[in-house]
Amino acid sequence: MSGILNSSIGRKFAMALSAFFLMFFLLQHFSINIISVFSPETFNDVSHFMGTFPLVQYVLQPILILGVVFHFVMGFVLEIKNNKARQISYAKNNGAANSSWMSRNMIWSGLAILAFVGLHFYDFWFPEINTKFIVGDMSGLVDPNNADSGFRYYEELQHKFMDLWRVVLYVIAFVFLALHLLHGFNSAFQSVGANNKYTKGLKGFSKIYAIGIPVGFIFIALFHYFNH
Amino acid sequence: MNMNLTLKIWRQKNASDKGQMVDYKVSDISPDMSFLEMLDVLNEQLVNNNESPVAFDHDCREGICGMCSLYINGEAHGPDRGVTTCQLHMRMFKDGDTITIEPFRATAFPVIKDLIVDRSSFDRIQHAGGFISVNTSGNTIDANAIPVNKHDADDAFSAATCIGCGACVASCKNSSAMLFVGAKVSQFALLPQGKVEATDRVLNMVKQMDEEGFGNCTNTGACEVECPKGISLENIARMNREYLAASLKG
Amino acid sequence: MALDSKIPQGPIKDKWTDYKNQIDLVNPANKRNIDVIVVGTGLAGGSAAATLAELGYNVKAFCFQDSPRRAHSIAAQGGINAAKNYQGDGDSTYRLFYDTVKGGDYRSREANVYRLAEVSANIIDQCVAQGVPFAREYGGLLDNRSFGGVLVSRTFYAAGQTGQQLLLGAYSAMNRQIGRGKIKMYNRHEMLDVVKVDGKARGIITRNLITGEIERHSAHAVVLGTGGYGNVFFLSTNAMGSNVTAAWKAHKRGAYFANPCYTQIHPTCIPVSGDHQSKLTLMSESLRNDGRIWVPKHMKDVEAIRNKTLQPKDIKEEDRDYYLERRYPAFGNLVPRDVASRAAKERCDAGFGVNATGEAVFLDFASAITRYGKEQATVRHLDVNDAALVKKLGQEVVKNKYGNLFQMYEKIVDQDPYNTPMMIYPAVHYTMGGIWVDYNLMTTVPGLYCIGEANFSDHGANRLGASALMQGLADGYFVLPYTIGDYLSDDIRTGPISTDSKEFDEAEKSVRELIDKLINNNGQHSVDYFHKKLGKIMWNKVGMSRNVTGLTEAIAEIKALREQFWKEVKVPGTNEEFNEELAKATRVADYLELGELFAKDALHREESCGGHFREDAVELDGEQKGEAKRDDENFAYVAAWEYKGEPSDAVLHKEQLEFKDIELKQRSYK
Repeated sequence: MSGILNSSIGRKFAMALSAFFLMFFLLQHFSINIISVFSPETFNDVSHFMGTFPLVQYVLQPILILGVVFHFVMGFVLEIKNNKARQISYAKNNGAANSSWMSRNMIWSGLAILAFVGLHFYDFWFPEINTKFIVGDMSGLVDPNNADSGFRYYEELQHKFMDLWRVVLYVIAFVFLALHLLHGFNSAFQSVGANNKYTKGLKGFSKIYAIGIPVGFIFIALFHYFNH
Repeated sequence: MNMNLTLKIWRQKNASDKGQMVDYKVSDISPDMSFLEMLDVLNEQLVNNNESPVAFDHDCREGICGMCSLYINGEAHGPDRGVTTCQLHMRMFKDGDTITIEPFRATAFPVIKDLIVDRSSFDRIQHAGGFISVNTSGNTIDANAIPVNKHDADDAFSAATCIGCGACVASCKNSSAMLFVGAKVSQFALLPQGKVEATDRVLNMVKQMDEEGFGNCTNTGACEVECPKGISLENIARMNREYLAASLKG
Repeated sequence: MALDSKIPQGPIKDKWTDYKNQIDLVNPANKRNIDVIVVGTGLAGGSAAATLAELGYNVKAFCFQDSPRRAHSIAAQGGINAAKNYQGDGDSTYRLFYDTVKGGDYRSREANVYRLAEVSANIIDQCVAQGVPFAREYGGLLDNRSFGGVLVSRTFYAAGQTGQQLLLGAYSAMNRQIGRGKIKMYNRHEMLDVVKVDGKARGIITRNLITGEIERHSAHAVVLGTGGYGNVFFLSTNAMGSNVTAAWKAHKRGAYFANPCYTQIHPTCIPVSGDHQSKLTLMSESLRNDGRIWVPKHMKDVEAIRNKTLQPKDIKEEDRDYYLERRYPAFGNLVPRDVASRAAKERCDAGFGVNATGEAVFLDFASAITRYGKEQATVRHLDVNDAALVKKLGQEVVKNKYGNLFQMYEKIVDQDPYNTPMMIYPAVHYTMGGIWVDYNLMTTVPGLYCIGEANFSDHGANRLGASALMQGLADGYFVLPYTIGDYLSDDIRTGPISTDSKEFDEAEKSVRELIDKLINNNGQHSVDYFHKKLGKIMWNKVGMSRNVTGLTEAIAEIKALREQFWKEVKVPGTNEEFNEELAKATRVADYLELGELFAKDALHREESCGGHFREDAVELDGEQKGEAKRDDENFAYVAAWEYKGEPSDAVLHKEQLEFKDIELKQRSYK
């Protein structure tokens, strides 16, 4: 067991596990966000719950952050190691003949997503943390001094999607997310050793997931841009 | 309709030479020639002009020894599928084409000369565990004493058809050797005879593979496409399972 | 020196067992102090190296390829014979022995062949234990196929890649010993001489093919498992690197070369497509089970096919000459390899060859496709008169049986054999002759052993299908490891053999001189130029059918070509680098000597037997008119040639063959 993370297969396995975790998180994040399209009130209630429930805030949130950090740090480490495995590159290489663009460019789609995560943190996460833990306002209200002012979450969301540039950036990021998932979803299964009679069916499902979730996010962003 | 071609070939005097691409012309190439026969024509031409012939590995010239190892127009064993370089025929090309020919590139496959690389890293991985520990005696149990499920036997055979050419490594953007190692691990893992040593085998072979400087697998699937013997990615998945199970045990 | 085959006394079935019980053994502690060199890592060399290392000897193994796994045994397709009688069809050790001796046209040594048949079953057990994935039936037990005209199903196989799987088995056994440090492996090394000290083989001189370094290696015994010499014909189904050099150097150091003229020419190979051709590709013999061989009856059709104005499938049934069925009604398309090859040559020599070079005949699956298609249509209750449907169903059956071969053919020839007949022509495939060895597999040089295709012992004048793999592994796994112990038991007090002796000095010097001469020759022709010329002489005059005039001419021509080679060969570059032209030159130099001895042997053997067919030794009348005529009275011996300088000076030694357990008969296929 010792040193498993130093072995190629161990690292690959760890990448896959963190990917599964992140893909599950993504589904959860999407499920909550899509509520904002149908019912601002429910969205506010769920957001408040997620933002204040201790298990989520103090246990799941740190795990999630660790997962994200692990996934991209390990991604970089592997990329550097893999580049070392071929020091002289081909004068002519026809990668498209044998593999998908997505599979060959996970580092670029990953970097794009990482950049997006930065923007997203700037937009939502840092203000949240600031409000809750630095200012100390755990009320979730638009005006903490007015109990009737209502939850602030939906309003903040709508406010963010007023700028066209931000919407465009988000849409681009989601396209990269789709590209990342189109390879990553199945790849994670292969990495943990699941390649069997169900693989073909799984590939169909992975396409639905990899395209469906990012398209859904794009829809939410556009919905709020056009409906505020 | 015979062809005139321009060849861009990697020339490197020896392991310490820097190396470079050099252009050559060959003419009157018959579409019925194999790719290596086309290179024979070039070499005959070079020898007659007192130039150094291009060194390339080849032996059986019928697609089974695994010696030939050229990266042709950006693909291991060239543009055809399910063939080694020696089985690639010139009818895949057109008159006037420029063909780029490079050695298989990987840190674990250092160039010896021109298009010849050193694949002894593959041998060392096999030394680490690519066998079943049974002595020759003539008194091993009767071959039919242990029946083997036909599907397992067929899968083991399919894995065992690997010719060890290294096209998987050459094609992989990460220069990973997992298809090669996965095939050997799978062959034995699928057979009852091989199960006894399965734990040590996969741990030792993967350890050696990592030490040789091959990259990690990112499941692009290029290896499976370029493999002249069609070795399946399932073998990598099986190795992953075997390795994880062995790590938990060991 | 008189030849002593050292065959043990006693009844044939007890010889090997009694022998093993009586030989001297080396105790395990002493084995650690004994070194053995094994040259060649194919089935014979690889299995020998692994087994000797398991026993405790220090083994040094050498191959010219980049890994032992690439030896040309890997290309064997069909299978391996073993007298297991798993099918319950009456097979036995005796039957396998009998079939092998008869198939060899009664020119092999009975005692060796019986031993081969005896250990054949052990080979299968051993290989399965190693994890060789032989084909299995649904019940999980091993499957068998029948092969090459014998009456039982005794061939074990792994699809069309049996040689590959067996070689990888031997390679894996070697890997285990390399990992343990018991085998020291020297890849990309070519053996260029044997070193004899006090009359015994005590080492070899090698050239490192990467650096050009000339190295000395010593041992208490040297084993050659270096394969056959079919490349003397330039074009053969052998690998490009397959060579006679190790065996020939051994011959020059005193090992007799036996029956060099016995060559197997395989009838079903893909024809030569032009002068650029570098090697030939075999299509498995199994194709003759379903394919019918023919050429057109009329010259005008032949010409029309060559001009591509007529498709072969458009030639009417009555205008086709199914010459094997015509000449050999009993065996038809399934006559043995030598007979089928000669018949194809006879038709092509008469002008009926069906491709541009005039050297090809058709192998047609159309009737098999129709037959199988109708069968399938009947089984599935479909319309047997629907030609298109029948064809489709038939093609499916044929694809299941021979799909990989058909694909291989299509890649090479660019024609679809499902819709137009294949073109085939005979090609050099295997050499039954080789270094003479006694029952112990020792050559006439003490301490120098020769195993596998490189020796002469088991196949006589013709080899049966699926027997080559059997012999290679039998020698390496089960015979040599015993017999060599008997010899080495005298060496337990010898201590390490020094490479610092005048014998090693002399051998290294001669190798350096050879290389210097080649490098500094500054001639005007490439090595291949000479090799191709030699090949043409061999094929035209020492090939499938031989006569006194042709052989006499060939001897003179090869001698002249050899002289020209030494004057005019050009080897670019230096010794101190990877230099394939130099490696080729050393090999071709030896072929130019062997070729002459080969022709000389063929000239002296005034009979037709197996792969050796003499036009002056044919049946003149009766039912067998025109067929090969063996002469048991005058030629039932092994011709072992002793080196005396020029091949023309070689001295003939005869080992009379005694047949106590099998009656000599004529082979008839009419």
